Amino acid sequence: MDFISIFSIFVLACFVGYFVVWSVTPALHTPLMSVTNAISSVIIVGALIASAAAGSATSKWLGLAAVVMASINIFGGFAVTSRMLAMYKKKER
Amino acid sequence: MDVQAILSAATGHGAVNPWAAIAYLVAGILFILALRGLSSPATAQSGNRFGMIGMTIAVVTTLLTHMPKGADGVLDTISLVEILAAIGIGAVIGIVMARRIAMTAMPQLVAAFHSLVGLAAVAVAAAAYLNPQAFGIADAAGQIFTVSRVEMGLGIAIGAITFSGSVIAFLKLNGNMSGSPIMLPGRHIINLGTLAAIVGLTAYFTQDQSPWVFWTITGLSFAIGFLLIIPIGGADMPVVVSMLNSYSGWAAAAMGFTLGNTAMIITGALVGSSGAILSYIMCRAMNRSFISVIAGGFGGDDAAAGAGGAKEQRPWKPGSADDAAFLMSQAENVIIVPGYGMAVAQAQHALREMGDQLKKEGVNVKYAIHPVAGRMPGHMNVLLAEANVPYDEVFELEDINGEFAQADVAFVIGANDVTNPAAKTDKSSPIYGMPILDVANAKTVLFVKRSMGGVGYAGVDNDVFYMDQTMMLLGDAKKMADDIVKALSGTGH
Repeated sequence: MDFISIFSIFVLACFVGYFVVWSVTPALHTPLMSVTNAISSVIIVGALIASAAAGSATSKWLGLAAVVMASINIFGGFAVTSRMLAMYKKKER
Repeated sequence: MDVQAILSAATGHGAVNPWAAIAYLVAGILFILALRGLSSPATAQSGNRFGMIGMTIAVVTTLLTHMPKGADGVLDTISLVEILAAIGIGAVIGIVMARRIAMTAMPQLVAAFHSLVGLAAVAVAAAAYLNPQAFGIADAAGQIFTVSRVEMGLGIAIGAITFSGSVIAFLKLNGNMSGSPIMLPGRHIINLGTLAAIVGLTAYFTQDQSPWVFWTITGLSFAIGFLLIIPIGGADMPVVVSMLNSYSGWAAAAMGFTLGNTAMIITGALVGSSGAILSYIMCRAMNRSFISVIAGGFGGDDAAAGAGGAKEQRPWKPGSADDAAFLMSQAENVIIVPGYGMAVAQAQHALREMGDQLKKEGVNVKYAIHPVAGRMPGHMNVLLAEANVPYDEVFELEDINGEFAQADVAFVIGANDVTNPAAKTDKSSPIYGMPILDVANAKTVLFVKRSMGGVGYAGVDNDVFYMDQTMMLLGDAKKMADDIVKALSGTGH
């Protein structure tokens, strides 16, 4: 993809982010942080590409290290978010 | 054609596989839905599941399109096992951490997670620098494309700042490092100089892709992350944690530009704007500009850093747990105002028991939360939720502030500056202009505090302590709440 199309996606996604995040209820700001943490670990895509590529051993090991770090975040982030969200309960009537 | 064949049909360098591109787009949309779900606690769990599905799609797509292959084009099983093992190791560590962490330690955990995103971004950028052809960002001679160099420079700088900044934030939040600001002489000049050097070197990197340029950018970026966060005090941590959240997103976006990957770009933009909005909300709740927070030097944990000098001794009224229990059991409306002190004392469960006892006696109990109470956005809400306080009894500042005038008792526990009327009246006060919870409007204020000595992080005395209708309950927040529960159950109504 050329730079301009990628940049357009980026700018539009920023707007989507702006509106979606303002609609998040303040009570859930902590889970918002932990879930954004988990999804920003989509950087694992780059890590997987690096660890699968032939050509540079250092590059491969850096990739594998990044895979470990990103997956700690992915599993940890989603798990802790889900643990927190399970605690939010409505009044029993 | 089977899926494997379709997916690997067009994975040549630079070529975009349309199926993979669509899969990444779907992943990006699922991430948007994950955040959308958080607009209400009722839909939040399903939102979180969308996020998990999106991540699974992104990972599986990448694995399928980038199978490790040997020189002969045959699947390199050992490398594949290594990759799956790396995911497995991360999964075990992550899940164990998520299960074990105490809710009061959430801010530290989030800071630790941010540091990992940062370091992973640095590792990926470094891997891409060392093996650019594998990422399709270099020509046959190994010259990295100019635009990719800029993206890479940005990615590594933001990633490194996120990492070292988050490590410092973690150490401060975890108490390994003093929460008070550490001020280096001439730090503004050092910081600006370092930033200018990073920008200059990134520009130079487009002309010369030698290793020294790349690694100097990396090193300077680690240093600036460290320098930026050490002068920021403990109480400003909600802004710092939000800001680092934002950076971790921009780091992912920069890598997404390098790889031309829509899932990473969409996610990066979402997380980046999310963190930026949270920082803005936190700054607004303290009436401070983002620049002044970043410039640092405010909000140490030590009250001694405050105004200093001889303060006049003003009379105040002490009270006991029994007095508090009596007053609240006679009340019609009680509003509870929790703050960081409640988190430190782990008093949330005792507090909820107190609320339950009062409700049994027919008292109407509500909770009021200031946006910057605690050490991260939403910190108090999570703790109350952990203690089984229903979320529809918990209110935000603007929704409940008008109700203090009708409240018989405002029960302040571990909060101070967020209730200080000086924010409204005293132009010279460091917290002037900060929106506060109007506890002073309640008929009676019960103020739980460790001692009369400490005066909150801003080092400002609070007039609420000395009002006629205020009763100071001095002691540990948890013990005080426990004693009140005992006194309430002892009255036998």
